[in-house]
Amino acid sequence: MELKIRNLRKEYGAFPALNGVSLDIRSGELIALLGPSGSGKTTLLRAIAGLEVPDGGQILFGDVDALGRRVQDRNVGFVFQHYALFRHMKVFDNIAFGLRVRGRDRRPPEAHIRKRVLELLDLVQLNGLEGRYPAQLSGGQRQRVALARALAIEPKVLLLDEPFGALDAQVRKELRRWLRQIHDETGHTTVFVTHDQEEAMELADRVAVLHKGDLQQVGSPDEIYDEPANPFVYAFIGDSTALPVTIERGRAMLDGAPLVLGPVDAPEGAARVHVRPQDVRLADESESVVSGRVMTLRRSGQYRRVDIAVGERHTRVEALLPPEAEIAVGDQVGLAFRRFAIFPEEKEPPKLGLAREAKAA
Amino acid sequence: MTDATTAAAAGARRPTTAASQDRPSRMSSSFRTPSAIPGFGLTYGFVWFYLCLIILIPLAAVVLWAGSLGPARLFALATEPRTLAALRVSFGLSFAAAALNAVFGLIVAWALTRYSFPGKRLLDAAVDLPFALPTAVAGIALSAIYAPNGLIGSIAPFKIAFTPLGIFVALVFIGLPFVVRTVQPVLADLDRELEEASATLGARRPTTLLRVVLPTLIPALLTGFALAFARAVGEYGSVIFIAGNIPYVSEIAPLLIIMRLEEFDYGAATAIATIMLAISFLMLLAINLIEAWSRRRLGHAR
Amino acid sequence: MPADAPAMRLDSPTAESPAARFAITVIAIAFLGFFLILPLYAVFAEALRNGIAAYFESFEDPDTIAAIQLTLLVAVIAVPLNIVFGLAASWAIAKFEFKGKSFLITLIDLPFSVSPVVSGMCYVLLFGANGYLGPWLVKHDIQIIFAVPGLVLATIFVTFPFVARELIPLMQEQGTSEEEAALSLGAGGWRTFWSVTLPNVRWALLYGVLLCNARAMGEFGAVSVVSGHLRGLTNTIPLQVEILYNDYNFVAAFAAASVLAGLGLVTLAIKSGLEWRYGDQISAAHRH
Repeated sequence: MELKIRNLRKEYGAFPALNGVSLDIRSGELIALLGPSGSGKTTLLRAIAGLEVPDGGQILFGDVDALGRRVQDRNVGFVFQHYALFRHMKVFDNIAFGLRVRGRDRRPPEAHIRKRVLELLDLVQLNGLEGRYPAQLSGGQRQRVALARALAIEPKVLLLDEPFGALDAQVRKELRRWLRQIHDETGHTTVFVTHDQEEAMELADRVAVLHKGDLQQVGSPDEIYDEPANPFVYAFIGDSTALPVTIERGRAMLDGAPLVLGPVDAPEGAARVHVRPQDVRLADESESVVSGRVMTLRRSGQYRRVDIAVGERHTRVEALLPPEAEIAVGDQVGLAFRRFAIFPEEKEPPKLGLAREAKAA
Repeated sequence: MTDATTAAAAGARRPTTAASQDRPSRMSSSFRTPSAIPGFGLTYGFVWFYLCLIILIPLAAVVLWAGSLGPARLFALATEPRTLAALRVSFGLSFAAAALNAVFGLIVAWALTRYSFPGKRLLDAAVDLPFALPTAVAGIALSAIYAPNGLIGSIAPFKIAFTPLGIFVALVFIGLPFVVRTVQPVLADLDRELEEASATLGARRPTTLLRVVLPTLIPALLTGFALAFARAVGEYGSVIFIAGNIPYVSEIAPLLIIMRLEEFDYGAATAIATIMLAISFLMLLAINLIEAWSRRRLGHAR
Repeated sequence: MPADAPAMRLDSPTAESPAARFAITVIAIAFLGFFLILPLYAVFAEALRNGIAAYFESFEDPDTIAAIQLTLLVAVIAVPLNIVFGLAASWAIAKFEFKGKSFLITLIDLPFSVSPVVSGMCYVLLFGANGYLGPWLVKHDIQIIFAVPGLVLATIFVTFPFVARELIPLMQEQGTSEEEAALSLGAGGWRTFWSVTLPNVRWALLYGVLLCNARAMGEFGAVSVVSGHLRGLTNTIPLQVEILYNDYNFVAAFAAASVLAGLGLVTLAIKSGLEWRYGDQISAAHRH
């Protein structure tokens, strides 16, 4: 099932949760909605499900306008962060629920329901647990029951709201792999919400980054990581340094001295040069972009994490260098950038601090 | 004003105590875990002293008196026709009133937690009125309203006050807060996602209410019912004014106890009291079992 | 291009239809109005039936005055005793771990599951003329039943758990770390109690005292058994209400009742105020 979202708007009071979002979701793909809290990603997911009524815009399931349909009629599988299993029902009855509440004309006979439930239990690898109550299961098992329950109604799309958010790191990793596997087996169009970029990058075919109710960028994990479309995505995904520069006659000036970047394709005026630590390398004078003094050196995994102060105002540039790099604190070094991006200074700069915090949460 | 708390405590207090029991402690061998805080001996001793003096010894007197009558005599007294009739009136009408309160208490709790309407806070506070209004005051007020010349009694097509129906009305009044106050917190804590999950699975609203919401409220409803029932069985003040107190028809068990005491027939009074005590302890046990059962089956985790 | 407005407005999927919502609200309001507000209104309406002058006149009856005085006396004895008990019980139960704790809590709650009439009867069996200690009391000319001591005992019995059950859960929630900190800083036991524990539970204590007092002044069944209904001597206000009512002196009965109803309303108002304002400092039981 192909999904088309057109100019979707939703406000809570004066707070815009969705600011006219348009997104095409391809049939059978696994797409992640990624963003910090308050970005509108969950609102978008709930609007697709019919749990939230948007103020304007369109949601098309194939060619059918979904907004005219109630949640009960949309046939979506929804998986909640906190599972939302019915505690008074056994696992079996939880999974069978969606089939049993159908109108008499559409309700399969009990024998079919039984067969379907057992198949699903097999799919989610919980054979033999159908007689348990949710309280008797671990968090990971509960989430698998929740997924089986959502799959039981043969949904047109599968929607997952931070499905692994309540689980600990180890289980989360396992379930991630397993969800990908299930998706590949069943081929459902799947949309999941996450604030964990690692999860989005590992799991999804495409990632849609949202911020403050606006879609920032949609693309494959590679595109999102390697070619961020704007400063927010640059700051939100992965690590990066932003050097404040001024563009003068096609050259980027840092504190009055030019950066050796070649001709710069950016409007005149204030801008920022974004560069990821792993794209910074040491270079001798002939090819260096900028030079600076080594402030701190720390070992970080297989790399050495180095802070270098550049320019008159000692702006900090972070670099990940191989451990064999022969430098010491206080050294004057030249730096070259393998890959970088220049974005004009926004009137309202993205709040990097906030974005980082959300990422860590 | 009273057991405002009986209701609330049933919902909220018991888990606390249960938690303290579950907490692993080192007291397996000794009576008390050592602590740096002083005052245990003094307070613990005083609690038992006061408890024995005010509650346990007097209650033991009832048990003792019943014991001295012997089972045969006790049985004979308890099955005397007038006593049986009074017990039937008390228990039957208490059951009916608690049942009505279970239904309407659920509706009231639902409206108070889920909807907003003008005067809601005031009405919420008013739910505790039966606890706050002394029973005698409630009794004369109810009989004034439902008497043949009263506000409602004069327009009702049948007699309410001075009939069993009047007793029923009084018992509904005093039992009203129990169901509301036990269901309310459970409803407030109910995860909205459960209802959303049910909706995404295709269930219509009435189906969701019946098959998802109601089952999770059952333990609280049963507890509220049991509390209202237990309270109604022992109720005296609000009932006697409106009851008419006609032997075999509208005479309640507590009134019969008082009459027997006034005749200095302590034996007959003790027999009735023993049955009432036994039933209320059974109710207490039932409430605890309901809670243990629902805790075990539904768990604390979501 | 209708791309802007949804094809039709739908309500929240987890709410009832407006009609159902309206019906449920109306039923709830009607039920509460019928069973709660109406009786309350009746008390004051009946009390003022013959005008404000007749209302105040009924308080000139010496028996009614005596009943008011007796009610205050009983409450002044019973409530402080139960406060002391409540503080001691919550200290022992909340600050220490010992065997049989939950059994003790059950025993403290016991008076709530006993019919008030049976509560009064216990004392009659003990101290009544034909009771266990009756002959001995008669010999020494001590009167408990049909006298003030009986009223006090019965009142203590029915109001026994009020303070304790407000304090115990709250103090259990609060744990012992603050007391331990105070002790480690050199404070003594009493000092710790007065300046650390008590301030932490003051609103819950007030809440419990309020409920305890209202019940003490309004108790009817238990005191009815032990009072003997001696006019001007052993009648508390509720008993006086009964006597006036049975004398067909309705205005006076409802006037006396209105005093108790007023007390109940004030209690309810303060109680609700405490719940709204200090809900988190009362106990988990009252956060709604």
